[in-house]
Amino acid sequence: MSDILLETRNLHRSFGGVHAVRDVSMKVQAGTIKAVIGPNGAGKTTLFNLIAGTVAPQQGEVFFRGKRITAWKPHAVASLGIARTFQTTKLFPHMTVHENVMVGRHPRTRAGFVAGMLSLPWTWREDRETQIKAADILQDLDLASCSQEIASNLSFGRQRLVEFARALATEPELLLLDEPAAGLNIYETQELSKLILKIRDRGVTCLIVEHDMSLVMNISDDVLVLDQGRWVAEGPPAAIQRNPDVIRIYLGDEHA
Amino acid sequence: MRLRIYYPVIAAALLIVVLHLALAATGKTFYMTQITMSAYYALVVIGLCLLMGYAGQISLGHAGFFAAGGYTVAVLTTCNLNGLRQTPLVEWLSRLGVLVSWRDLYGNEVLSVSPWPAFIAAILLTALIALAIGLPVIRLKGHYLAMATLGFGLIIYRLALGAKVLGQADGISGVPAFHLLGELQINGRTPFRIQNYYIAWSAVLVAMVLALNLVNSRVGRALRSIHQSEEAAHSLGIDTYRYKLATFILSAVLAAAGGAMLTHYNGSIGPSEVTVMKSVRYLAIVAVGGMANLWGAMIMGILLNFLSLRGVFGSFDDAVFGAILIGIMLFAPQGLLRVPKLQVLTSLLSRRSHG
Repeated sequence: MSDILLETRNLHRSFGGVHAVRDVSMKVQAGTIKAVIGPNGAGKTTLFNLIAGTVAPQQGEVFFRGKRITAWKPHAVASLGIARTFQTTKLFPHMTVHENVMVGRHPRTRAGFVAGMLSLPWTWREDRETQIKAADILQDLDLASCSQEIASNLSFGRQRLVEFARALATEPELLLLDEPAAGLNIYETQELSKLILKIRDRGVTCLIVEHDMSLVMNISDDVLVLDQGRWVAEGPPAAIQRNPDVIRIYLGDEHA
Repeated sequence: MRLRIYYPVIAAALLIVVLHLALAATGKTFYMTQITMSAYYALVVIGLCLLMGYAGQISLGHAGFFAAGGYTVAVLTTCNLNGLRQTPLVEWLSRLGVLVSWRDLYGNEVLSVSPWPAFIAAILLTALIALAIGLPVIRLKGHYLAMATLGFGLIIYRLALGAKVLGQADGISGVPAFHLLGELQINGRTPFRIQNYYIAWSAVLVAMVLALNLVNSRVGRALRSIHQSEEAAHSLGIDTYRYKLATFILSAVLAAAGGAMLTHYNGSIGPSEVTVMKSVRYLAIVAVGGMANLWGAMIMGILLNFLSLRGVFGSFDDAVFGAILIGIMLFAPQGLLRVPKLQVLTSLLSRRSHG
């Protein structure tokens, strides 16, 4: 099979007395879509935060392309090629859609304080490139029509797409999507599925936390099931759907 | 398209000349003294505007940074090293051309640091102080910077009042003119009034150009993004801590530059420049100007300081600035110079140029 892009080893994190993630080890193959599922409180988002650097693990390690990135700060993780979206969309509300995506170019550009203050000619070129790249991404996601719109004026579904575009602007190798279908209607969810597949086909590996089973089962190559912070099962969607432990978690003992 | 941000700078430069001519025509050139002083205070406000309006951090200690700049140049340019001429350090500095020999009012020979090195020292020292304050504090979430800088301001105030080397309640006077280049000098004496009016305005416009460049650059975009959603900014590869710290240091340095230049202009500095009310005043001015509005902050900085220096507010001076702050927070949190219509207009214009 292909290479391992992301790996966690025995990750552990508790908050107060609650063990949000217990001893979770898993691997993500490059070029695949992997879903993390589980009931509420299973530790899915915490797992994401441990990978993205928002929360530091108390035990365990995270490796990206074989490089140890445990407890790296979010900006360093992002610069390395891991982008993310949030469960509750976090756009820059007073910026235009275009500007939001331009901020996403940050790790791929370099004008700093001194160059910025002096407005050196190379920073103009860089900024021009940033504008064009951002516009291209918006075009690609069919968002060109609202590129000059203030982000907070957009509909919920659109905001989600812009957050997507912004994450893609960082040119990630791995995209972490935290419940991308939450709050979307059936039609929007279908569009989202297509989009995620399109992104995967361009070589961006996706790790998705999701409640929407139709989305998960339709597009993922691989599924990880968590329950109360623990690893329960891992495997292709078809196998997961037949797994008695998984059925027990979702439907109760009598169905297993 | 990028040049568009400089149009107001050109307009401002023309207005400055027109103002000079108007004052000359009406025989009110003495106003230029207070305008010059206000311009140096405006440097503090421009820096604070970057910090508050763009990076979203509050400082209640900018009078302290202003004073750090002012007192450093005052001490260095007035200290008399004549007695220490023979020591290796002074000899070495002398050979480097850092020291200058001059005669004071009583005809005594004084050997002190010349203004340019003193100015550079003031900037570096202030940057170091800001780094020392910001390094531990900016890491914390919330308005801890406001509290830390408030404490810093109080310490500097007490130091100014208590330390002999800083002249205690009298402050430091007899600060020499700052010879910038050739005939150009920061000098408060009447024959130099017009020249200094233009020097001070040049300093303001240079600061404005640098600040405008910055806020329209990748860094400015990053700062605005931090202000609007720190978590998202962080997740996009922006080192939020470093950006906030760097902006804090930059704004402290601008305050120090204003303090140093005004001290040369006035020939003196005293503890009244370091009071907490001065810091509150700078903050109030940025708030009136519209927070993330460099032009608003600069214009208000000049206008309100000018009125204050002319004594328009009388003995209610501090109360006026306190009231302004409360009024803005209550009734116009977006600032006075943020007319919605104006924004609609600019967004329409920018839409057209993007399209």
